Amino acid sequence: MNLAFDFSFYSWDLVSNFILKGLYFSVMLTLVATLGGIFFGTLLAMMRLSGRKWLIVPATIYVDGMRSIPLVMVILWFFLLVPLFLGAPIGAEASATVTFIAFEAAYFSEIMRAGIQSIPRGQVFAGQALGMTYGQNMRLIVLPQAFRNMLPVLLTQTIILFQDTSLVYAIGAYDMLKGFEVAGKNYGRPIEAFIAAAVVYFVICYSLSWLVKRMHKKIAIIH
Amino acid sequence: MAWDWQMFCEDTLDRTVREGCFGTDGDITYLDWMLSAWGWTVSVSLLALVLALAAGVVIGTIRTLPDSKWAVRFGNAWVEVFRNIPLLVQIFLWYHVVPAIFPAMKSVSGFVLVVLALGFFTSARIAEQVRSGIQALPRGQRYAGMAVGFTTWQTYRHVLLPNAFRIIIPPLTSETMNIFKNSSVAFAVSVTELTMFAMQAQEETGRGIEIYLAVTGLYIVSAFAINRIMTFIEKRVRVPGLTAPSAAGGH
Repeated sequence: MNLAFDFSFYSWDLVSNFILKGLYFSVMLTLVATLGGIFFGTLLAMMRLSGRKWLIVPATIYVDGMRSIPLVMVILWFFLLVPLFLGAPIGAEASATVTFIAFEAAYFSEIMRAGIQSIPRGQVFAGQALGMTYGQNMRLIVLPQAFRNMLPVLLTQTIILFQDTSLVYAIGAYDMLKGFEVAGKNYGRPIEAFIAAAVVYFVICYSLSWLVKRMHKKIAIIH
Repeated sequence: MAWDWQMFCEDTLDRTVREGCFGTDGDITYLDWMLSAWGWTVSVSLLALVLALAAGVVIGTIRTLPDSKWAVRFGNAWVEVFRNIPLLVQIFLWYHVVPAIFPAMKSVSGFVLVVLALGFFTSARIAEQVRSGIQALPRGQRYAGMAVGFTTWQTYRHVLLPNAFRIIIPPLTSETMNIFKNSSVAFAVSVTELTMFAMQAQEETGRGIEIYLAVTGLYIVSAFAINRIMTFIEKRVRVPGLTAPSAAGGH
């Protein structure tokens, strides 16, 4: 066994030069993709529950299609296609952002669909009896409760999403993992860099999932 | 833009179109390459699945053992470690860090390291499902096992595990499909599976759309095949009157 590691090369200069830039991108990508994914995912879920075939079919194909393809392939697809559509090259970071919103929308839509279905039908009928339109019913009665019921699952998905941002490695975008890799290369210490990356990811994800677990106990309406 | 599917019949070295689309005398076409890449994807996934099931069942079971605090703690730590580090980072750990700590691992191929990484990563998720499957059973089943004089091992072997497995088949199905999707991360350490093929062939030929379509198609075919196989198993082992809860989320 060989445990002669040397972490002494880690300094504030290294962290601020290489890691923070990547961490910032990883966190921003997670936040933008979560908000965008929940927005479009809710639209997709409403389409699938609308009872109108011309809305159900395209939404189902989109969601099931996205969910059966590896994220890395989706990242590669968008990196290839988006510049073709726009007619101009866009950076790896912008391409990754578009990809993650589109990809996560499929996963968030399944969560929102379960959330909407968790609301008893009687409440929708009550809304209709009061003369509410479909939109009012959704906005005022169903969605607020669906969000609340699904919040722990939505947040858990966000933690998974944060881990998945490391996959932008495939198109060379500069995220936190890339930051550690570049720092390790520049200082000739790749092994210590990967260990540090693993520890940082673990600490972030573990603390977040611990918070979600605590919150779950506090806010659940059902159970 | 025009389609060019003929590039699949081109030799990978001199880029001449081969008759019959398959290479001869040791030369390979892009079609040969893609099919062998599919083989690597399937091999990585299936071997990782075997490892993940074995480790996941053991870890998930010991997390439910009565009166064994340290076994439960070990199981919990296992799940937290493998679940809270991104798969790509875990693959880098196996590829760069483990051989540096254990010099004996230096001669191990990238393929084996990816199987280990993907297998242990997935074992944490399977362990979580096995645990919740066992805990979803009515407590009376454990007591019934004790009442007829079973040891703990016999209670698990004959009462708890057979019931728990049937409950967790639907989440296991999605986990199996996830393994196939996650095997794509092996591109990062140059295992020539489908995603690696897609990236390299795209670069060499410039026919990205055709190649990505073909590779995406193979992933969808694989996912569909697993879904059918697991549904078949689920029907075969079903006990009348027992139904399983479904789950959402995850990748």
